[in-house]
Amino acid sequence: MTDFYPLLPALFLGIGGMGLLLAGLAKANATQPVTLSAITLLIAAAFLTVTAPDAVLFGGLLKTSLFTRYADTLIYLGAIAALILSLDYNKREGIARFEYPILVLFAVLGMIVMISAADMMSLYIGFELQSLALYICAALARDSVRSTEAGLKYFVLGALASGLLLYGISLVYGFAGTTNFAALGGVFRQGAGLGTVVGVVFVLIGLAFKISAAPFHMWAPDVYEGAPSSVTALFATAPKTAALALFLSVMAGPFAHLTGQWEMLIQILAVLSMIIGALAAIGQSNIKRLLAYSSVGHMGYALMGLVTGTVAGIQASLIYIAIYVVMSAGAFACVIAMRRNGQAVERISDLAGLAGEHPGFAFAFAVFMWSMAGIPPLGGFFAKLVVFYTAFNAGYDALTIIGIITSVIGAFYYLRVIKVMYFDKGRPQFDKTSAGAGFVMAVGAFAVIVFVAVPGPLMAVAGAAAKALMG
Amino acid sequence: MNQLGFPILSLITYLPLVGAFLVATLGGDGEKSACMARRIALVFSLIVLALGVFLWTQFNPGIAGYQFVEVMPWLSGISVEYRMGVDGISLFLILLTLALTPIAILASHGIKTRARSFFAAMLLLETMTVGMFAATDFVLFYVFFEAVLLPMYLIIGVWGGEKRVYAAVKFFLFTLAGSLFMLLAVVWVWRNLGTTNMAVIAHANIPPSAQTWLFLAFLAAFGVKAAVWPLHTWLPDAYGEAPVPGTIMLAAVLSKMGAYGFLRFAIPMLPNASAMFEPLMFVLGVVAVIYISYVALAQTDMKRMIAYSSVAHMGVIIIGLFTFTVEGIEGALFQMLSHGIVIAGLFICGGVLTARGQSLTLRNLGGLARNMPVFAAALMLFTLANMGLPGTSGFIGEILVIVGALKVNFWVSLLGGAGMVLGVTYSLVLVRAVLFEKYARPDLTGLKDLTGREYAMLLPLAVLVMWLGVYPSSFTHAFDAPIAALVQAHTAALNPHTAIAMVTAQ
Repeated sequence: MTDFYPLLPALFLGIGGMGLLLAGLAKANATQPVTLSAITLLIAAAFLTVTAPDAVLFGGLLKTSLFTRYADTLIYLGAIAALILSLDYNKREGIARFEYPILVLFAVLGMIVMISAADMMSLYIGFELQSLALYICAALARDSVRSTEAGLKYFVLGALASGLLLYGISLVYGFAGTTNFAALGGVFRQGAGLGTVVGVVFVLIGLAFKISAAPFHMWAPDVYEGAPSSVTALFATAPKTAALALFLSVMAGPFAHLTGQWEMLIQILAVLSMIIGALAAIGQSNIKRLLAYSSVGHMGYALMGLVTGTVAGIQASLIYIAIYVVMSAGAFACVIAMRRNGQAVERISDLAGLAGEHPGFAFAFAVFMWSMAGIPPLGGFFAKLVVFYTAFNAGYDALTIIGIITSVIGAFYYLRVIKVMYFDKGRPQFDKTSAGAGFVMAVGAFAVIVFVAVPGPLMAVAGAAAKALMG
Repeated sequence: MNQLGFPILSLITYLPLVGAFLVATLGGDGEKSACMARRIALVFSLIVLALGVFLWTQFNPGIAGYQFVEVMPWLSGISVEYRMGVDGISLFLILLTLALTPIAILASHGIKTRARSFFAAMLLLETMTVGMFAATDFVLFYVFFEAVLLPMYLIIGVWGGEKRVYAAVKFFLFTLAGSLFMLLAVVWVWRNLGTTNMAVIAHANIPPSAQTWLFLAFLAAFGVKAAVWPLHTWLPDAYGEAPVPGTIMLAAVLSKMGAYGFLRFAIPMLPNASAMFEPLMFVLGVVAVIYISYVALAQTDMKRMIAYSSVAHMGVIIIGLFTFTVEGIEGALFQMLSHGIVIAGLFICGGVLTARGQSLTLRNLGGLARNMPVFAAALMLFTLANMGLPGTSGFIGEILVIVGALKVNFWVSLLGGAGMVLGVTYSLVLVRAVLFEKYARPDLTGLKDLTGREYAMLLPLAVLVMWLGVYPSSFTHAFDAPIAALVQAHTAALNPHTAIAMVTAQ
């Protein structure tokens, strides 16, 4: 039974998802109850995950630890927020299909499998399960050209990423003779040949695609813009966390002894992501595209922690991703609340004069923007501070300086959103904000503001999780 | 915890935050809720002012170190603690903030649109500023230092004048770019000294080569904030475009943050670099005093003229700080207080005219002394204090700075003093253009003299100007201990032998 317990959340999600599928087929107009049940399932799974002990399952295919529980919890959080946002949005957009929450459940199942993976095979299975579910989600609005295009683009590039990953895995397997993480770690202790390194690089590129780190970010702006906003809210939170956690667990797990080989690559990814995230976002007039580029930049900062390869570095990355999930979910709740005359609007200029009409909404949006820009005393600042501190501490001076400079440049475009909301004249005349979006906004803004007063718990848990990962 | 048994500094810092929350969640719209919001904000700012005065009565001026110290775990994983404390240097800057906030709130009578947000922003600003002066941990200091930007950005951008958006964005980006250099300094100090406790890092031994870089980082951060020439270009725009209460807070309090930063970090932490950059700082100070005085003379707008005079006075403060003499630094600190009060008075005088529907273009004003005698007396007093007339607060600071400079370098003292003569010129031009001469336009004859509310704003400031001018030692005696320690530590760090000799001589 104790061996079984860590598996319960996954079983719960899988069986629950199939049950909901049957229920949804049996009854017409079941979207609302199915979504609510899916949220309940996710909450239950989160509870089970948090209370589960460490374990190695299926003869070393899966391994759970505090690290996986930490990442899983963030994924549940992102998925729950996205589902809450979809409740009202999908109905208003006429895409309220009951399959959506079920697809989200399967995607989450894939994510927790891939994070818990202790073997390349289970990793790939989880990876594909989440990817396939998400491709369909992107094309959820199947009558909209933009959404279908986003789905197709996501699928083609995602398939390419999967191919690269699989090719990398096969190379690593071919040279090391095993797919098990622990065994791989043992093999690489003696160093690795060129073929293995090529394999590692392919794995790394496959993962970089998934977190949309530059230069593998090209799909993100188009998919973010094309997919329905409720789906984009999901893309920006749960899969990002999952892919980043996977990145950390693979790099600090089986490939931990190859630091010399991959450290430079991660540095390049981080620097390019930060620069592209800062520069490319300046010209955007669509808020979803802006957030897409901003998320590219955020991935750069999150990777900075990994570069150091230390427990403190992993801890910094984990703190970063947690705060990022909250900010992102909140920002997309604001995007979802941008509706006029029953139509979703997405231009930044549509926000003009928002502060006069909806002060609470504008304030929450401003809090998320400022937090993303890294202005104290908001949560985003501390995320950046911890990352900069650990990178600088580990001797990556140039990387830290680039990070600081790009965050000033980035502040410019976040500031522009606030400028439009607060200073520009206009009457947005937005429809009434749905309860779900208001809830996510309020909780997110509260968390981002209050973090300054109680940073201890999150930092401590992230530290323990990082220790669990590094052993 | 501290000698009072309750965390008075945190109380002073966060009470306005509670007020801001109350104001922001207040229901209703329009005139009535605006009035209510103003009252709540005023009450909260007065309560913290009372607490501040209580703090002053309990303050022991004989101690050089921090008093009323509060320590709590904060970013525990990475060895940063929540530390608050106050010494003779920060005490009066905190009191200045506490005294000027209610006055600025009184000056916000004209704010009608989104009044609740405005007063919430004002109280938020008070929290951030007081926190910044009371923080004794570098990371905490940085958090408050940066956070000041958020409410100020909104105050300028939402309630400002015609070019408010440009001014707000310029203000934000200038200061943000400057302070990110400080962030680099923060992480450097954190890594290399292993702590961010300001009491410890002030006496740390930092290698001279690193000191140079750190000093440049501080110069970027604090120089922008203090509007040291040539980093001052954001200032006239921000001062000119901000609403009157915003200008008061910017000019009187926020501009002191930069000078405070130099005094708190650059000088004690980096003695070698400070000594090395002394000539540069003197040049910057002298240029500010002389050149900016000429620029002020050329202004055609009252608000901008006062803004430039403020930059010129910052030059005096910078000269005083970098003399590294007790007189010079005390003079600079005194000038910070005096300038804060005087400049607030001047901007309120400008606000008095704005409230009567007048533009502040000098050509359109004139002859106001005839039917606004009390206003004329107030403006006259603040102008005289601004040019440093004996008997007013401005004199004490300037004479101390000149004496301090004289000990170090005759030419700096001479040129700095010459700048003060130029200060007299533009001050007199201002007074003549506003108060005397003929009426520029017939409708100026109909202007009424000060109202009760305006008395309430100007009278305390006038009293303070006289108090600082006539009996300065009620303030300077708190400076003595920390500044003597600072100067001594500075000399000791530069020549270790003298320090040993001094110790043995005692």
